[in-house]
Amino acid sequence: MSRAEAAPGPARVAAGSPKPLWTLGLLRGELVTTFRRWRTLALLGVLAAVPVLVGVAVRIETGDGSSSAGGGGGGPAFITQITNNGLFLVFTALAATLPFFLPMAVGVVAGDAIAGEANAGTLRYLLVAPAGRTRLLLTKYATTMAFCLVATLVVAVFALAVGALLFPLGDLTTISGTRISFAEGLGRALLIALVVAASLIGLAALGLFVSTLTNSGIAAMATTVGLLITVQILDQIPQLHAIQPYLFSHYWMSFADLMREPVYWDDLVRNLELQTLYAAVFGSAAWARFTAKDITA
Amino acid sequence: MDEVSATQPERAARGAEDCVIHTRALTKRYRGGQLAVDGLDLTVPAGSVFGFLGPNGSGKTTTIRMLMGLIEPTSGTARVLGHPMPRSSRAVLPHVGALIEGPALYGFLTGRDNLLRYDAADPTADPRTRGARVAAALDRVGLTAAAGKKARAYSLGMKQRLGLAAALLQPRRLLVLDEPTNGLDPQGMREIRSLVRELASDGTTVFLSSHLLDEIEQVCTHAAVMARGRLVTQGSVAELAAGARGRLVVTTPDAAEAARVLKEQAVADVVVTDDRVTGEPPERDLAEVNAALVRAGVRVRGFGVERASLEDAFVALTGEGFDVAG
Ligand SMILES: Nc1ncnc2c1ncn2[C@@H]1O[C@H](COP(=O)(O)OP(=O)(O)O)[C@@H](O)[C@H]1O
Ligand SMILES: [Mg+2]
Repeated sequence: MSRAEAAPGPARVAAGSPKPLWTLGLLRGELVTTFRRWRTLALLGVLAAVPVLVGVAVRIETGDGSSSAGGGGGGPAFITQITNNGLFLVFTALAATLPFFLPMAVGVVAGDAIAGEANAGTLRYLLVAPAGRTRLLLTKYATTMAFCLVATLVVAVFALAVGALLFPLGDLTTISGTRISFAEGLGRALLIALVVAASLIGLAALGLFVSTLTNSGIAAMATTVGLLITVQILDQIPQLHAIQPYLFSHYWMSFADLMREPVYWDDLVRNLELQTLYAAVFGSAAWARFTAKDITA
Repeated sequence: MDEVSATQPERAARGAEDCVIHTRALTKRYRGGQLAVDGLDLTVPAGSVFGFLGPNGSGKTTTIRMLMGLIEPTSGTARVLGHPMPRSSRAVLPHVGALIEGPALYGFLTGRDNLLRYDAADPTADPRTRGARVAAALDRVGLTAAAGKKARAYSLGMKQRLGLAAALLQPRRLLVLDEPTNGLDPQGMREIRSLVRELASDGTTVFLSSHLLDEIEQVCTHAAVMARGRLVTQGSVAELAAGARGRLVVTTPDAAEAARVLKEQAVADVVVTDDRVTGEPPERDLAEVNAALVRAGVRVRGFGVERASLEDAFVALTGEGFDVAG
């Protein structure tokens, strides 16, 4: 092998100047890979089943439209209104999935994001491609947030479809007792779905951080979901009221305030601030960990 | 300081031309305390097919991971294509194709989709030519027919070839192949080796780790030998084999008498097997040794020095067999 042979011209000139479209290339690949997985589709299927079950149950329970009385406080107050207006199934379904099903699905996807790739060994090939550690982490976080949005929209859209099929639609009454048009109600439903999706941002960052700590996808998923359950329990213990405002799930149910007239913003804003804080803290921690980590898997 | 630590771009470029990989006192101690690579000084010339030889556990994969920026050295430096690693990963790695500790694939994606994903991960890869490059890489490793199958349905040999295809998505200046024939049947091994030769003849430098001596002897121009994390030797394969002295072999029906005479003639380590007597050749002229045999009435059928193999070189260097793990 002579040295003359070994000095190929073109390859050595362009020493990796990234082209403008590449980041989207990796993100698109990541989105396709995530949403093509059987596991992702199964999670979305479970989420889609919740509004269907709730809608059918309410329909069977109330028989021929005799308005049922009572109903639990807070979010699920919506449930009593479903028989009058199918749109309330959207609010009910989001209130039913937000405490556990939605965050659990997000915990699975976020926890698996890095650890799952490490587990499969594909992480080392992405990094020698070279994906770049910061770029890969950002892509993973963006994909996890996309999953939060898609998962929430799946619940909302299925709820709307089932609500429209089984119940009448029309103008609706807000929690404050005022009437708003169906169109405005639909707008609020969309806004609520976006707020619910945004409520999951903090957990997504936490899950991503956990995912950088281990080479086992299962361990990362279990840890994230375990943290979710722990936080939900802590949020119920009255003696811990001092720390509760800092738990990522504390203001989750504030989305119901969007159904007041006028909208009561305080808790909604606090929720978004808290999510931003979690995203900043655990996002930075994930970055610090992942960019310094030895990739031995 | 020497030429590799020069910082001017031209000098770095010239360094890249002359040696594709250059490490200096490269050391890795894992968190568990295991010293996996110990003060490695490695120089891989451009255009070589460089065999990185060592028994299991001798630190080959650890070295490769440091070269590819996957793990941080505990101390020492590594330069690949003239740039320091892991700092210059973004500039260096697009020119490097790698197969590290076996292939890793997304089982739920097809072979083609696996390559599309890996290619999308490279910021320098042009999305407009992606499809064509993926097809060409699949063709090169003979997987075109199976490209639409889910990767989990691939055999080990097919997975290995798909891993190689991922390393060949772009024209590369360096290919790093960590035990690429591991787990393959003889036919698969031959295929991979002929592919390596083909790539090398295109001018790509190939850095090939292996624990198989004959593999290195068959395909490599240069080699380095590792044992327990330390570099034992490096150089061209011909030099390494020449470094170990051959053995004097005498074929004779009078083996016992021949052995006695050879010992008299200062031949060390005399071994008799049937009609073959072998030993380490002495410093003196071998014609004298032969004459002494004939004078003693030994009927000599054959007399000569057998060329040493790389294995002899390894045994000579480490004083132990090659199978001994670190
Ligand atoms: N992630 C790790 N943590 C701790 N020790 C390791 C790790 N990986 C490898 N080792 C140890 O480092 C040594 C070298 O391993 P390796 O580089 O894989 O050798 P080779 O590739 O030559 O078989 C071995 O003793 C191995 O047990
Ligand atoms: Mg190895």
